[in-house]
Amino acid sequence: MDIWDERENGAQSEEFSSGHSESDGVLEGIRIVEYCSGVSGPYCAKILADLGAEVLKIEPPGVGDETRYMGPFAGDDPDPEKSGFFLYLNTNKRGLTLDLHKPEGKNIFFRLIRGADVLIEDRAPGYMDGIGLGYEDLEKANPGLIVSSITPFGLSGPYRDYKAYPLNTAHISGQGYLLPFPSPNLDRPPVKVGDHASEYDPGLVAAVAILAALLWKGVSGRGQFIEISKQEALISMQRVESVTYANDGVYMSRTGGLNPMPGGVLPCKDGYVVIITPQEHQWEALIRLIGNPDWSNEKWTHILHERNQRAQEINDHLIEWLMQHTKEEIFHKGQALGCPVAPLLSPEDQAYSEQYAVREFFQENRHPIIGRTQLPTTPYRFSENPWHLERSAPLRGEHNEEIYGGRLGYTAQELGKLKEEGVI
Amino acid sequence: MDAKNQGPLKGLRLIEFTTAWAGPYATCLLSLLGMEVIKVESRSWLDHTRSRSFSTGRNFDNPDQSGVFNNLNLNKKSITLNLKKSRAVELAKRLVALSDGVIENMRPGVMRRLGLDYDAVCRIKPDIIYLSSSACGQVGPQREYVGYAPTFAALGGLSLNTGYEDERPSNFMGAVDLRSATTAAVAMLAALLRHQRTLKGQYIDLSSQEAITVLNGEALMDYLLNRKVRTRRGNRDDVMAPHNCYPCAGKDNWISIAVASDEEWQALCRVMNQHELENDPRFSEQGARLRNQDELDNIIIEWTRNQDCYHVMEVLQEVGVAAAPSLSAEGLFKDPHIKKRKVFRQVDHPVLGKHWVITPPWRLSETPAGIQRHGPLLGQHNDEVFLGLLGLTASEFEVLKEEGIIF
Repeated sequence: MDIWDERENGAQSEEFSSGHSESDGVLEGIRIVEYCSGVSGPYCAKILADLGAEVLKIEPPGVGDETRYMGPFAGDDPDPEKSGFFLYLNTNKRGLTLDLHKPEGKNIFFRLIRGADVLIEDRAPGYMDGIGLGYEDLEKANPGLIVSSITPFGLSGPYRDYKAYPLNTAHISGQGYLLPFPSPNLDRPPVKVGDHASEYDPGLVAAVAILAALLWKGVSGRGQFIEISKQEALISMQRVESVTYANDGVYMSRTGGLNPMPGGVLPCKDGYVVIITPQEHQWEALIRLIGNPDWSNEKWTHILHERNQRAQEINDHLIEWLMQHTKEEIFHKGQALGCPVAPLLSPEDQAYSEQYAVREFFQENRHPIIGRTQLPTTPYRFSENPWHLERSAPLRGEHNEEIYGGRLGYTAQELGKLKEEGVI
Repeated sequence: MDAKNQGPLKGLRLIEFTTAWAGPYATCLLSLLGMEVIKVESRSWLDHTRSRSFSTGRNFDNPDQSGVFNNLNLNKKSITLNLKKSRAVELAKRLVALSDGVIENMRPGVMRRLGLDYDAVCRIKPDIIYLSSSACGQVGPQREYVGYAPTFAALGGLSLNTGYEDERPSNFMGAVDLRSATTAAVAMLAALLRHQRTLKGQYIDLSSQEAITVLNGEALMDYLLNRKVRTRRGNRDDVMAPHNCYPCAGKDNWISIAVASDEEWQALCRVMNQHELENDPRFSEQGARLRNQDELDNIIIEWTRNQDCYHVMEVLQEVGVAAAPSLSAEGLFKDPHIKKRKVFRQVDHPVLGKHWVITPPWRLSETPAGIQRHGPLLGQHNDEVFLGLLGLTASEFEVLKEEGIIF
């Protein structure tokens, strides 16, 4: 019997179920092993864990996941158990420590893999093969296993072994020119998207393929290998913009000069709003919003391409009005008139947003060290499987005893020895 | 094009009622993975991507001439139904009854008015997976607010957190929709997987605003934990320095360089031939580099500004320093690694001719995703779907066309 089955048979240990009722998640019963660090891989596994899959996250003993060392930290205290970044990316997972370089560590890894549906790993190309844990080795142990590898440039090609931090991956995938649009000042560098957003995308893209492979496994009983290049995942997210040069020979400058439209991000009394009016009735709604000023009665304002040509002039007029109104006022009044306008929200604005409150987008999390805090949940609501925060992000090795002891059957003494030898 | 669809979702069918980018690309992802996707559209409510491109500013005279539409609707089938007519709605329902999933991104309330909302559809297909994608979600005071990619990025917090500190925050365009689209694909597949195991359907309410919000985790957590509101910082990082793009030879060419350790810093100094900097207290350890990064950036700019960006990448990668050019659409198309991995490919399109698109972003060993067909012409599959799948007679079909129901 494989170790995962014990749970289904109700033979779980006391601590396994302490304080929690097992929720009926969408992915209830799917078993995932995560051997990742940073953002993309852990975010991919978080998506699946938040949907109810059982995720065992393996961290190397001692240091652990790199986001444990990245802020924001609770109370700005750079303690690896206080990283809010790690807390966010690892909800609903169980945490193990395991040294895959030691023979007993490998042995344990194979036992975990034998009953798993999916392994997500983000090691450098060739690394897993090098330690005897490549797809071919694992497939022999479990032909139904789906292995997803996530690397900056994929497993072939001239940049395969190049080093890339998130900044590099974002820029070499075209995001500096094609995503934050426009980054208008050519004297300044193209700019990446905020914080690590470009690292979340590949995790999201990988989750699609993993779920599709799970559906196929349900039909065929077979697993497979999925290769994800972060660069390609990011290019695919700008797929329309990326082919503009190839198809039209046009150089989509980051100044946005090809297709200026009135509107865009503009300042207002207490921040910024964004306005976009691709349809005529939306433009008319905008004019009503700002009180039908004299200039808006001129003939040229009714003609799209003339408006585009005089976008700067129009924006100057708009700003004059916007600066006398708050972003909330502009948002609600504009939307009531049918004008697509929105405030640029900060996390603080979001925390106080009625829309989020009604949708219960933030929910409470209890962490043994950080304490109580609110956490963002998920962008979808399933009618039959409501979201649950089953467990907070794990402490380093928090579930070693439960999994190695309770499920693999190691005695307390053996666990002590594994710890001493640095295996766990 | 790939001869036969071998994707993992072969055998599943989905009906979509979507326009623009976020809805169509969600189902495009599924169709690249082998699902049969039937797009319901109409001359009476034409998808605006068939009429114009916001990226290039081009307008199209003919609904089959849009490269944007092609790129976002690969592999799909298109049928035309004027849903303002009740018989068209009946036909749509008959299609739903033969399907596994539905995705729609109409303004909340529209599908109910049409009689195609989840409750109505459930009566004929109780185990359907039905996903609604909207700007702010189906419930809440802002449920009827209208939005496009730029408003999703604004409401999602990404705009305010992107750009230079001393300039306006960044605007975002259509590409933001593809994040919402990919999120929708995840939700649909998860529900299909549950259906495979339990035979139960369900309704999914997806908010594009929230799909962007969840990508802004660090800024959210900083506020939720510490009540701190982060500001945009260009290309800079909390920990690493140097961490920026530096100008290279030519017009608007830049190289991104990020240094995470003292070893990498020393290697960078050696390549720049500035050995004295290695032990310069202004830069010798990470905290100091972070504090003095303006000065540091100027030193690196002096070194990169007259060099080819690919040359800088090579010499730095050779010594283990992370460096990569910042690529434009032209740069992507010409990049040797991207070429070697065949990220761009052409599809044959009856109106556009050979047209470049981006290949699927996953490589699956047993069930490869693939491109079998160009984005469909408007109503291209009316015959196949109405005569074949629904089994209408030729004369019924003709009457429905004449009466503007299949339109």
